[in-house]
This record gives sequence, C-alpha cells and structure tokens, in this order.
Amino acid sequence: MKIAIVGFGNVGQSFLDMLLSKKEFLEKRIGKIEISFIADSKSSVSGDFDPLEALRMKRTKGRLRDDKKAKNCLKELEFDVLVECSTTKINGGEAVEHMLIAIEKGANVVTSNKGIAFYFDELMKLAERKNVKLMYEATVGAAIPIIRVLRTYFSTFTIKKIAGILNGTCNYILSRMEEEGLSYEQVLAEAKELGIAETDPSYDVDGIDAAIKLVILANTIGIRSKFEDVKRKGISWITPEAFKIAAEKGYTIRLIAEASKELIVEPRLVKFGHPLALKGTINTILVYTEEAGTFSFAGRGAGKYETAAAMISDLVAIYDDR
Amino acid sequence: MEDKPGQLIRVLEPISKLGGNIIGIIHQRGKKTPLNRVPVEITLSIDSKKVQELMEKLNQFLVRSFDEIRLLESANLILIGHIIHTDLSDTVTKIDSSDAECVELIVSMPKLSGKSTAMLTIAAKNDDALEKAIDRLKDICRTKNIEVIEPIYEEFV
Ligand SMILES: NC(=O)c1ccc[n+]([C@@H]2O[C@H](COP(=O)([O-])OP(=O)(O)OC[C@H]3O[C@@H](n4cnc5c(N)ncnc54)[C@H](OP(=O)(O)O)[C@@H]3O)[C@@H](O)[C@H]2O)c1
Repeated sequence: MKIAIVGFGNVGQSFLDMLLSKKEFLEKRIGKIEISFIADSKSSVSGDFDPLEALRMKRTKGRLRDDKKAKNCLKELEFDVLVECSTTKINGGEAVEHMLIAIEKGANVVTSNKGIAFYFDELMKLAERKNVKLMYEATVGAAIPIIRVLRTYFSTFTIKKIAGILNGTCNYILSRMEEEGLSYEQVLAEAKELGIAETDPSYDVDGIDAAIKLVILANTIGIRSKFEDVKRKGISWITPEAFKIAAEKGYTIRLIAEASKELIVEPRLVKFGHPLALKGTINTILVYTEEAGTFSFAGRGAGKYETAAAMISDLVAIYDDR
Repeated sequence: MEDKPGQLIRVLEPISKLGGNIIGIIHQRGKKTPLNRVPVEITLSIDSKKVQELMEKLNQFLVRSFDEIRLLESANLILIGHIIHTDLSDTVTKIDSSDAECVELIVSMPKLSGKSTAMLTIAAKNDDALEKAIDRLKDICRTKNIEVIEPIYEEFV
C-alpha cells in the first residue's frame, strides 16, 4: 500500500522511523508498504526518493527536497492512506482540507490531528459514503487505547458517562501544586523550563486542548457535539490554599473533562486514591457503563513515540481484521 | 405498640436489616392510648434512600410521624475569590433552605486584599435537595465572581 505523510515534525518523523524499523513485521501483517510522498508546511518529497534520506534531510536542513505544497501532492499523487500529523489548528485548519481531499479520493486516513473535532460529523459521513476508514486513536491520550475500544468493544454497552484527565500539562501543574504548596505561577514557570508547558500555555491551561479531546470522545460515543458546546474553565485561578483545605477533607484538585448530559471541562475535587487523582503528565479516561460498572484507561497521554505508536496500530487495524 | 413482650424487636429488626442505626428509644408509658397502646419514639439514622422502604416495612404499626428527618447527604465544595468582601454571610444564607444548609466553612485568606479560598460543606435531606442547594450556590457565586470547584459525584466502582 502507498502511504502519504503530511506533517513531518515530531510525530511525523517518529511515525516514519517506527514504520521503517518495523517494516518487515508490518509487511507480513498488511502487505508491501511504500511511501508515496512526505510533506511539511512548505516542502515535500515524492517520486523517486529514499525515506531514510528524507528523514536525514528534514533533521539537518529543516525541509524536504522539493517545493511542491502538501495540498498539491494530495491532489496529484496516488496513495492509499493519508497519515495526517500536521499542526492542530482551532477550527480544523488545513489539516481538515487534507483529510477531505484524501477521503474524497477514496483513501483511508490515520491522524493525530485534533482538528477533526471541528468537522467530526462531516469527515465521518464522507468517509462512510466513500467506504474508507478515518482512524484517530492518537488524537486522545496518545497511545492509550480508548477510541477503538469505544468504537468497537463498547459499542454494545450503554455508556452513562465518560470522565477523564485529557491534558498532561494541566495535570502536571496541579499535581505539583498539590505536592509542593507552590502557586500556579511558580509551577507554570517550572513546567515551561521542563518543556511540559508551551511559551503561550493558554491552549493547555485554559482547558482548550481538553475540551477538543472531549468533543472527539463524545462524538465517538454518539453524542453529537461541537467545541462551542463545552462548558469550560481553566486552572490558572486556583490558589495554593485550595489544595491545603481540600487535603484536610481528603481531596485533591484535577482538571476533569466530562461528557454525559453536558460536556464540561473544569477543575474538580477528587478524593485521594480515586483513579482520577493520578499525578504527573499522565492521562486517564474513565468509562461508566450501565452493564458493567466503570473502567479506567490510563497512561502517558503524549509524546512523539507514543503518538506514532498509536498511528501504526491504527494503520494495521485498517488492513488487518484480527 | 401493644404493651407486651416481643413488640419492640419487630420494629428494630427491619431497621437494622436496612442498615439503620438506632440512636435512641423512648417508651411513653404515660401516654397510653385508649386501645392500650404505648407510643414509642425511635431516633435512628439510615440512608435517605431507604426511608421509604422502612416506612413500608413498619406499616403494621401505626407510624404517627416521621418528620425530623435530618440532613443526610453532603458535599464539599471549594470557593475561590473575594469571598469575604462580597458578604460571606449573605452567600451562605442564600444556600440554606428548609431541606439543605451550609454546615461547615473553612476560610483561608492569606492576604487581606487578595483572593480567599474556602471549603464549604453543604448538607441536605436527600440528593435532590443537595443538587438544588449546589445550584443555588453556583448562581450566587456567578453574580459575585467567585469560582466554585465541585467534587466528582460518582465514586469509582
Ligand atoms: N506530540 C505529541 O505528543 C502529540 C500527541 C497527540 C497528538 N499530537 C498532534 O499531532 C500533530 C503533530 O504534532 P507534532 O508534535 O509532531 O508537531 P510539530 O513537531 O510541530 O510538527 C508539525 C508538522 O506539521 C507541519 N505543518 C504545519 N502546518 C502544515 C500544513 N498546513 N501543511 C502541511 N504540513 C504542515 C509542520 O511543518 P514544518 O516542519 O514545515 O514546520 C511540521 O512538520 C499535531 O496536530 C498535534 O496536536 C501530538
């Protein structure tokens, strides 16, 4: 099969790395693999090229061999699967256009791009009409198995609610405030230094990232919803005293994303020892079912290899029905 | 109850079977009814969801009244903002109703002019009254620019 890679940053490069290092094993599972083209925001490589050489060039020169734009590659070249891992944009951005072009052409899509939250219904409906698959395990909790589990295994259950910690940066900040009694500003500075928080942290600390992922989860279990439907509060106003007082009653504070009747992202009191009281950059998703109680899925919620690993698994899942 | 042996146990059994806890029993011998029955006042604590079932189990006795139901459901919430300067007692009284009230308040105000943080415990007769009281609290806090942190209501099972 021919694979197109759009977005060649941390995740895109790790995906290609992993694909090449597991090539022999993967080809036994899903057949011969070829890379049709690779594109980033300004350059691309297609036709006759060595993928390893493309990785080397991107890492040393910051670009790929040719000037052809991603969109033109998508329109003009032949491929069976689009691996979309360009930058997530609020409102979807070009990534959604990339996916629409691919699906329209009859190609499957594997993506880590959370922009799908803004066009979920449109993308899914088109994929269904074109009889192709849109796989997005990597968009929520990186390698934590949750999307496919919800879409397949839990599809016969009645899900009452999903609640989770969907943003590792916020969870890191809150668990450090809990441990050290430090202020939000102090811990945020520390998180920036460690590369856990961005220079402009608002996408994480205002709950935007968690809200986008919540929309993806909600739509996955059939709650038709959009980003604007999420009631959202961030964490920047939480005082160190709040952790002290909460601890006296056996609670800590975590940013919880919850989907049931409503979609809500806000800080909540969580009892120590509860599966949502985990510390560090971890992500956790709880699935509350009518039939069998509550299930917890936890793990590292981000990271380029974690994300790439989820995408490789999605790729194989398209072609291999085990 | 009829004034003869073995009567009390018939009342106590269903209470304990439903997980109730007897707090006190008073036989009012001086108030015997014309049918020679003795009024017995029992104080107990029991899950509010079980009250109805208990009343049905006890219907062989004439249960005169069972008001006095105390506050059984509670929730802890955190408030952050200018809690004191926005009339704390007004905030707290507005939560109170006939079936819910604020039963505990811990306030921490590190700087006089700064934001304060409080943990508030609301107790109510039942889940529904508790939910309503929390909604009232959230409404008041919205008007006073106070942020509220609610607990996760469902425990992990
Ligand atoms: N990293 C994680 O842990 C993680 C986890 C889950 C999901 N994700 C998602 O995965 C995606 C990639 O993340 P990342 O960490 O790899 O980001 P990154 O390192 O910033 O890479 C983004 C890549 O997208 C390319 N790009 C941006 N706009 C483009 C456009 N319009 N057309 C084509 N390419 C474009 C960039 O091109 P240039 O190289 O030319 O700048 C870059 O190669 C994001 O959507 C992110 O939200 C990441």
